[in-house]
Amino acid sequence: MLKIAKKDLASLFALIKESGELYLPVKVAEQTNFAAYEDGAEFDLDTLKSVKSPKDVFFPQSETLYTCKNEGKTIKITPEELVDQPFVVFGMKACDVGGIEVLDRVFLSDPVDSFYAARRAHGTIVALACHEPEESCFCKVFGIDAAEPVADVATWMIGDELYWKALTEKGEALTEKVSSLLTDADEQVVENEKTAIRAIIEKLPYSDLSLEGWNGDAVAEKFDSKLWNELYKPCLACGTCTFVCPTCQCYDIKDYNTGSSVQRYRCWDSCMYSDFTMMAHGNNRTSQMQRFRQRFMHKLVYFPANNDGTYSCVGCGRCVDKCPASLNIVKVIKAFGEKGE
Amino acid sequence: MQELITRAKELLENGTVARVLGWKIGDLPYNPEPAFFETAESLDKFVYNGFCGANLSKYMIEASKLEGKTLVCLKPCDTYSFNQLLTEHRVDRDKAYIIGVGCKGKLDVEKIKKTGIKGIVSISGAEADSACDTLEIDTLYGKKSCAYGDAMLERCHVCKGKEHKIYDELIGESRDTADKERFAEVEMIEAMSPEEKFAFFQKELSKCIRCNACRNVCPACSCRKCVFDSNKFDSAQKANVDSFEEKMFHIIRAFHVAGRCTDCGECSRVCPQGIPLHLFNRKFIKDIDELYGDYTAGAEAGSLAPLTDFKMDDAEPSIVNERG
Repeated sequence: MLKIAKKDLASLFALIKESGELYLPVKVAEQTNFAAYEDGAEFDLDTLKSVKSPKDVFFPQSETLYTCKNEGKTIKITPEELVDQPFVVFGMKACDVGGIEVLDRVFLSDPVDSFYAARRAHGTIVALACHEPEESCFCKVFGIDAAEPVADVATWMIGDELYWKALTEKGEALTEKVSSLLTDADEQVVENEKTAIRAIIEKLPYSDLSLEGWNGDAVAEKFDSKLWNELYKPCLACGTCTFVCPTCQCYDIKDYNTGSSVQRYRCWDSCMYSDFTMMAHGNNRTSQMQRFRQRFMHKLVYFPANNDGTYSCVGCGRCVDKCPASLNIVKVIKAFGEKGE
Repeated sequence: MQELITRAKELLENGTVARVLGWKIGDLPYNPEPAFFETAESLDKFVYNGFCGANLSKYMIEASKLEGKTLVCLKPCDTYSFNQLLTEHRVDRDKAYIIGVGCKGKLDVEKIKKTGIKGIVSISGAEADSACDTLEIDTLYGKKSCAYGDAMLERCHVCKGKEHKIYDELIGESRDTADKERFAEVEMIEAMSPEEKFAFFQKELSKCIRCNACRNVCPACSCRKCVFDSNKFDSAQKANVDSFEEKMFHIIRAFHVAGRCTDCGECSRVCPQGIPLHLFNRKFIKDIDELYGDYTAGAEAGSLAPLTDFKMDDAEPSIVNERG
């Protein structure tokens, strides 16, 4: 176990940045989101949850795939270059790391998504334990331990010090690079912090949420439930829940006419949107009820059906915090639980 | 609140209304959700407190298509939106039974959290019938408190008043909450140099994630199909292609609701990134007031709005040259 004083973090970040891009929670106009660290930016490790999850470090909200340009009588197609330089993401929480594991199942399984795979190969994740979990957190329900994140490096912010422990080869390599700033630390301090975090997690209002009945075998039963007709009603059909979510992975591919060329890009899609999965024949979900149902069925039924029982929710609670109509996945799970469905 | 529930049950049971549109108690102390209640028993979950900020007027567009009347609970500011929707023929007055509910200012849990309060277990003082000026908050990290005014939504600090502009009956008391000058923020921006203005909006709008929450919650945004949702339009609704586009979406929206926006503040309430979107709309309101005389959208149903009316002494387009 190593450590560094909180006041020296700026030096740590400067040193990390010497060998590549560094992404960490940065405060801009009062809101904290993951962004590439620039000198003078206000990094914020105190806010528990960034508004958007850090998933766009690996899976950006919008990215160009290739560009087509007329050159005489031919069309020149230039694929976008893949990320080929190492970078570091600092400050992801255990749930955020869990989100990346969900994305891995989608983008690293055959056919491998080369854009995502390149970023995963070059990125080193430094995760930060959750010093003070909040009431909207429910990672425990999905077997995630906010006290002990599993990443390339795990860190704990305790008092005026950041405790640091490398867990993988990538993590060892990064530790080696910044070793001049780290000093040996007492493991027991971190053990005490873990105990304190876990004690709070036990008391969180959602920690005892039951997922009984939600699994890959429940397709027909859940799909046909009349409850959806009630649950969707307050939904505004905005994309907030999907865009702040660390596991939502649906994307759309579109063309952007630059005037002299066409950029084919992909951007996050939202099952809440009216043209989600629009096909030549039209749309297979024609009502907001169907679109609303899709979000929860995907996370709690379809995804586990296709991924050995793994849910595509990690309990970060961002949708709980941000839904303009105060709807969320917890309320959906509870509503089914109450009706015994 | 009990009076409201009792009355709603009565109106449901005697057949005056087919359903009640209000708020359902949440599973955290601050997250009640808009909800339709169709039976007297279901009203046991009805709640009306400081966290019922959601403006229910827009839900009446869909409710107007249903069989029978819908009892809708509207706060004073929500009634402006309802009137505006009536003016635009988007809701049916005959399908609504409006109970004007008292309001003592609505709360924003984000503001409470910004004061450093986290791990909220319970909140007292937010009840509709409480006269408290302080919220007492139990958290996993000890007891905290927060002044009611400090936790209020921005819009309540510039409240248009306690008067309901349309209703069938009134239940509950309201409180004066306005303690700030409505156009002060706009004037502050007007005083900036063009470069400062650009930098301000660039910084704010660069946070936009194109979730469309501002548009979808907006009672003035009631087009059946938004131009930004059209797949025939080069500008996708899902991502900002460049920094121009992120501004374009918000500027087009502001122009489209100009003269129709009642300044209900829902856009700023729902923005997950805390962008002060109301500033665009309020700038237009201020300009309309200055150029055409004071006008408040939604103050009365059917009113002729300056931008959809013509008078000989209307401002000429050349006014732009003088105003800069």
